[in-house]
Amino acid sequence: MTPASNNDPFVRDLLGRGDYAIFSEIVAPQTCVLDLGCGDGELLSWLADNKDVDVRGVEMDGAKVQKAIAKGVSCYQGDIEECLADYPDQAFDYVILSQTLQEVRQPLQVLNDMLRVGRRALVAFPNFGHWRVRLAHLFTGRAPKTTRFPHDWFDSPNIHFFTIDDFEILAAREEWHIEKRVFLDGNREVKMMPNLLAETAVYLVRRHR
Amino acid sequence: MVVSTQSKRFAALELDCGVTLAPVDVAYQTYGTLNADRSNAILVMHAFSGDAHAAGIDEQTQQKGWWDSMIGPGRGFDTDQYFVICSNVLGGCRGTTGPGSINPATGEIFAMTFPVITIGDMVRLQAKLIESLGIEKLLSVAGGSMGGMQVLEWAARYPDRVASAIPIATTPRHSAQQIAFNEVGRQAITADPDWSDGNYYGGKLPGRGLAVARMVGHITYMSDESMRQKFGRRQREDQGIFEVESYLRYRGSQFVDRFDANSYLYITKAMDLFDLAAGQQSLTAVLERSKTKFLVISFTSDWLYPSYQSQEVVSALRRRNQDVAYIELTSKYGHDAFLVEVEEQSEIVKGFLVRVTKGVNRR
Repeated sequence: MTPASNNDPFVRDLLGRGDYAIFSEIVAPQTCVLDLGCGDGELLSWLADNKDVDVRGVEMDGAKVQKAIAKGVSCYQGDIEECLADYPDQAFDYVILSQTLQEVRQPLQVLNDMLRVGRRALVAFPNFGHWRVRLAHLFTGRAPKTTRFPHDWFDSPNIHFFTIDDFEILAAREEWHIEKRVFLDGNREVKMMPNLLAETAVYLVRRHR
Repeated sequence: MVVSTQSKRFAALELDCGVTLAPVDVAYQTYGTLNADRSNAILVMHAFSGDAHAAGIDEQTQQKGWWDSMIGPGRGFDTDQYFVICSNVLGGCRGTTGPGSINPATGEIFAMTFPVITIGDMVRLQAKLIESLGIEKLLSVAGGSMGGMQVLEWAARYPDRVASAIPIATTPRHSAQQIAFNEVGRQAITADPDWSDGNYYGGKLPGRGLAVARMVGHITYMSDESMRQKFGRRQREDQGIFEVESYLRYRGSQFVDRFDANSYLYITKAMDLFDLAAGQQSLTAVLERSKTKFLVISFTSDWLYPSYQSQEVVSALRRRNQDVAYIELTSKYGHDAFLVEVEEQSEIVKGFLVRVTKGVNRR
């Protein structure tokens, strides 16, 4: 479940997801976590059961909210971008946004809100700079489609196509402090040239004091 | 599960209007067993026209309770695990003191001399009942519509005595539209000559007025879609009227047999007067002290208690980062959904109560 030691380049899955495994290692026990776009609450439920974390979720899809609440997760049905304003400052130890940043209308606003309501933001996103995406775009001359990005351009939930480098540049501009960054290609941790080789990036970010 | 209604008498209840009712009777039913440390009690509160008979088969009437599908062994409120209590509200006509009761001071029926009551008064009486049952802290308070208003009132007034709250299809205050529908109902009753300024007891009941009031009510409990599906434009060949007319007339006349017109006036007024944030800066301030865990439920087609009213409560709680789960369940049944959509509600109520129970046991 933990990210690799030096001789083991693979991260294990948690609930079938590499990024969940990284989150689960980062999140300290007995903290308070808000998961934006928590789906049916499986990560939160795991954190509550295994790390005694006080968990809250936000999810738009009613069927998923129903499952989350049935699992005992305190889940709010609503829009991530509309609901964040309600929460008080620094209400959570971590605010998680997993594989959703590319889908929100105002990514910077969401990230800033996350860093306002939480002491730290945990963000995982797909890297559109990955070589497969680049190749697909270069050789087909069309909106790239890969196994990681299977959608046609006209029915894709993804509305922002950004890369690891883009995120780093934004973090520098906003003067966020990046406490940890983990890059994954499948379940393999990528150490070199992540912008080209990683499919997924996980960032632990906080504001500078 | 055959159940019987029990009754308790309390020496006095001081009302918000300043009047003291003495004594006061409360009719209630219980389901399941109170555990040794008295930590598994759930108070369920009925909507406007409900009564203490929430579940099981009533010993006398042989009827099922109004939330029987939600309360029982293995159901949403699982009586194998929880001790569930439901009482008839103050001002009601099903065993709890109301305008149809005898005024001990005069020996006559109260009728319209019954004092104005509030949702707060109803809840204070319930608190007395809970105390008398030896329960210090409720695992949960739950209810829909007016029952949901009482849930909110409980959470606001007794934050230390409710571990969790489940307000369903409800509001922190009535809108003009909700007050308007209630007023139509009240006017229908008082316009009936048989109402006789409320002094109809022992004589002819204001049945026409009360039936019309109930018909309006039923329209507001349904949705355009559910009415279209249930009745459409079908006609009753035998009576030469539309099915929807026949249905409303039947519901109206049936209501006259079981509900007191003066209770209608007093209870609807209590609903209209309810304002959870009254005298406070904001809803957030009202619920600030609460450590209660909330599960708030609304329904997509409920236009009488629209989701925005539930969301207002949810927003207020989130502003203080209080523990609140919220879902807007998809339903075509309008306001009636809270009585009808059993499967979805059962699933989430069960999961929620398991979590609340864990939290209570940890402390």
